[in-house]
Amino acid sequence: MSSKAVSKLASALQNFGHRLIDQFWRLGSASRLFGYTLASSGESLRRPFLVIREIYFTGVLSLIIILVSAFFVGMVLALQGYNTLQKYGSSEAIGVLVALSLVRELGPVVTALLFAGRAGTAITAEIGLMKATEQLSAMEMMAVSPIARVIAPRFWGGVISMPLLASLFSMVGILGGYLVAVPLIGVDGGAFWSQMQASVDFREDVMNGFIKSCVFGVACTMIALFEGYDAPPTAEGVSRATTRTVVNSSLAVLGLDFVMTSFMIS
Amino acid sequence: MTDNIVEIDNLSFGYKGRLLHKGINMSFPRGKIVAIMGGSGSGKTTILRLIGGQLKPVKGEVRVGDKVVHEQGRNDLQKLRRKMGMLFQMGALFTDLSVYENVAFPMREHTSLPETMIRDLVMMKLNAVGLRGARDLMATELSGGMARRVALARAVALDPEIIMYDEPFAGLDPISMGVICNLIRNLNDALGATSLVVTHDVKEAFSFVDYVYFVADGVVAAEGTPAELRESTLPFVHQFVHGEVDGPVPFHYAAPDYRRDMLRGRDV
Ligand SMILES: Nc1ncnc2c1ncn2[C@@H]1O[C@H](COP(=O)(O)OP(=O)(O)OP(=O)(O)O)[C@@H](O)[C@H]1O
Ligand SMILES: [Mg+2]
Repeated sequence: MSSKAVSKLASALQNFGHRLIDQFWRLGSASRLFGYTLASSGESLRRPFLVIREIYFTGVLSLIIILVSAFFVGMVLALQGYNTLQKYGSSEAIGVLVALSLVRELGPVVTALLFAGRAGTAITAEIGLMKATEQLSAMEMMAVSPIARVIAPRFWGGVISMPLLASLFSMVGILGGYLVAVPLIGVDGGAFWSQMQASVDFREDVMNGFIKSCVFGVACTMIALFEGYDAPPTAEGVSRATTRTVVNSSLAVLGLDFVMTSFMIS
Repeated sequence: MTDNIVEIDNLSFGYKGRLLHKGINMSFPRGKIVAIMGGSGSGKTTILRLIGGQLKPVKGEVRVGDKVVHEQGRNDLQKLRRKMGMLFQMGALFTDLSVYENVAFPMREHTSLPETMIRDLVMMKLNAVGLRGARDLMATELSGGMARRVALARAVALDPEIIMYDEPFAGLDPISMGVICNLIRNLNDALGATSLVVTHDVKEAFSFVDYVYFVADGVVAAEGTPAELRESTLPFVHQFVHGEVDGPVPFHYAAPDYRRDMLRGRDV
């Protein structure tokens, strides 16, 4: 190997090492921010108005996209499911299939992905801009902790919104599935509901889905908050941070989903 | 000058290793208005941030009252900051709140005054900066000068003991400028506060401050009362006071030779 190639390899390796260390630093600062946020939560939970306002901004304003997506996901599930089940002569089980897919997986996961795109980016951009325009600095100088006043209410707003949005997603998705399966395709309505009721277990399915969406709520909101708080105070910095919020949240949701599912199923 | 509310003692500070301040000494006597002047980028804003405890000095210390700012814990620092009000260079108004709510913000956070009282106080503060009529506008609907005046009202909302103004005159028309000068003087005397004014505006500043520090090359290059500085024969002070381009203060950020820079990449 020529010395040029060696030095190229060395610099590539060095670059990789730098990035890796950088990521660890960021992970560290994110955990620290998480810790501070939890520690300052009491202060902001004592002023519920702040949290309610954030539930409105993250939760209520995400409703439209969540509900419309849920409706379509439910309809597609019913179409695809019917297509397969009918080959085995068990098309009445379509209700079970739709409900279980939604409650256990699609509800929490798709909601979290949409949440990251709709609410997460908004949170990151808002906090990044507040930082860039010195609003956080000004707050600090007024002896008001930005973590207690700005970060913690948004955190709880997101964490409370997510499970609610996920449950709505599952409900509307099931409704969409019902509309396709029963009135459109002509599956027996009684069988649709009764089989669903018999097979969906509250603790095994509904609770596990709920736990997932709570974990996703913490992860997505915290990533969005951290990216905003950590963004370089420039237009470019904020735009990059917003992109990172979507990428990191999505990866975190899919990774966490796999881990949690493997624990829940075993 | 024994009763100094803020003292800066042999302070050194730098971003990313490069020293910006190299041993600054200043003192701010209680009840006075002191101006900090210096070229753009000479670290004036940074000094205010050091006083507010948002940055840690590399060497030396800042004392507020008898407390060393960078040695305070979180709670003590908060207590210290409650005595201070700061007008940020860009205003830094909260963009999601109205003008009224911006000024009311510190009162809501730190006091449990009834709404009627808060309303009266906010109106008084806004009236002082001439923007009572703009109370229902959002912060984003203001012009730059208006935003700064609202920020001024917010900075003094809780009648602080130490008021720091970062460029209070930038972007103001001559009339508002005169009004703001008087306002700073009146606030200072009525509240018994101490004011630190960072500014480039020699003429305005010299008309109402009690003492002036000139910062250059990371040290205090000159100091004195406006009358003393006007008579000063230091070439540096003379240049600044009379706004001459040629002189010891460079207008340019440290850069390679202009001719060489322009010709770089060409065959010379
Ligand atoms: N966050 C930061 N990170 C790195 N360098 C900085 C930072 N803030 C300021 N600086 C540098 O420190 C120097 C002084 O900045 P500062 O804002 O204190 O200047 P200033 O005296 O207030 O200037 P102006 O009159 O233009 O407002 C500048 O050269 C700037 O490049
Ligand atoms: Mg400045």
